Amino acid sequence: MRKHIAAAGVAALAVTALAGCGTSASGDDGEDTGTTLTVFAAASLKGSFEDLAEQFEASHGGVDVRLSFAGSSDLVAQIQQGAPADVFASADTANMDKLVADDLVAAPQDFATNTLEIAVPPGNPAGVHTLADLADPDLALVLCAPEVPCGAASAKVEEAAGLDLQPVSEEQSVTDVLGKVTAGEADAGLVYVTDVAAAGDDVEGVELPESAGAVNTYPIAPVADATQADLAQEFVDLVLSDDGQQTLAGFGFAGP
Amino acid sequence: MRVSTGESAVGLPRWAFVPAAMGGLFVLLPLVAMATRVDWSSYWSLITSESARAALLLSLQTSAASTVVCLVLGVPMSLVLARCRFPGIDLLRSLVMVPLVLPPVVGGIALLYTFGRRGLLGETLQVAGVQIAFSTAAVVLAQTFVALPFLVTSLEGALRTAGARYEAVAASLGARPTTVLRRVTLPLVWPGLLSGAVLSFARALGEFGATITFAGSLQGVTRTLPLEIYLQRETDPDAAVALSLLLVVVAVLVIAATRQGRPGRGLL
Repeated sequence: MRKHIAAAGVAALAVTALAGCGTSASGDDGEDTGTTLTVFAAASLKGSFEDLAEQFEASHGGVDVRLSFAGSSDLVAQIQQGAPADVFASADTANMDKLVADDLVAAPQDFATNTLEIAVPPGNPAGVHTLADLADPDLALVLCAPEVPCGAASAKVEEAAGLDLQPVSEEQSVTDVLGKVTAGEADAGLVYVTDVAAAGDDVEGVELPESAGAVNTYPIAPVADATQADLAQEFVDLVLSDDGQQTLAGFGFAGP
Repeated sequence: MRVSTGESAVGLPRWAFVPAAMGGLFVLLPLVAMATRVDWSSYWSLITSESARAALLLSLQTSAASTVVCLVLGVPMSLVLARCRFPGIDLLRSLVMVPLVLPPVVGGIALLYTFGRRGLLGETLQVAGVQIAFSTAAVVLAQTFVALPFLVTSLEGALRTAGARYEAVAASLGARPTTVLRRVTLPLVWPGLLSGAVLSFARALGEFGATITFAGSLQGVTRTLPLEIYLQRETDPDAAVALSLLLVVVAVLVIAATRQGRPGRGLL
């Protein structure tokens, strides 16, 4: 997605700039200067991983964390084609398993979970309060396509509730669903809890108890032929540490 | 329009062939590379799946519809831009070309804020009972937005090259403006009009960014072939490659068919 690439670019620039300031301020902390750790992370991890990267840079002088955010399957395809990643954090186990099958990562560890929530435009104009409300044929409902992780989770919730939802659009990514809701085009959409949190005042969240049946697990792993194997493991350790977990919780993620 | 060095008295400098060949390779090699990745044993079943057929049909229908809209709006636009003189026309000409350089996703956002439910015209449209969001009409709008400049540039260039001499003669012989347009101007610029229409169709066929931003994605309604390819890439890369090749073949067929059907070179 163009949006993701642009976001990744901006994020990379922002992180580079921050790292530059940090290095010049703190001076030489004993490690080699100019070391770069490349982290590929699912788009939904953008806010939390930018925070974690700053923490990592603060505790590792001279290390520059370069973040690349995109859909998990895009990132998997890039790593399979030899993109230089040191760490990969996926939004679902299915995509991580593809790399495990190719021996490109070893022993991924689950670090967070995310559940679905109903997102509605501010003021909830269509009056959506329960999952069953989404089945109203006059409601402009937008879902993720079943081919992508958030769509698979939506389908699971829909099936468990015995509903037949008729979306007006099945979007490519959770960002696209959220975009249709924030623009007011859609009356409701199913997105992750973290997306509602990140969108701030642009959307309102309607809690979805049924989503407990479709929890999305996020695994992380160092990439097998990482150029910075030690740093990669240290970054994974940070994500799994109490500090890391607290950061993730701040963005709406639940523990693994 | 065939150019052979034999026709020109001077001939091309030899060195020009090297970058020209490299340019050709640069365009063709990725297509060849893609073709090598196609799983030929299952190709037919991949491109005839229900979702693939729905996407191809929708793509052809919407591209044809947007080409018609481009012609209806674009021909008069080209005539005004090529034949009229009034203050601000240069600025107008540049503005019409904006979608050409705009990232399509930006076009999609702009359309959303124009025709969307909360857009500039959204409420008026809703009062009139017109619902554009998530409909096939939204796809046609998105495609027309990005394709229109192709028709206008192509036709305006042809109109300027043809000049207004024959039109002046026809008018001096008593022909009324509409007759001049129908009997003199349009026949003169016919090749430019045709290539402009083909370019618009091809651009509409490949439209992705504005569609996914503005129209959404639902099988048979708004999910055109490029959107289907992008979605299939998530789960079935083989299907995505097969459909990509299908899109290339359709585009090449459309362009080749019009090149064949072109009237004699004398008109250019």
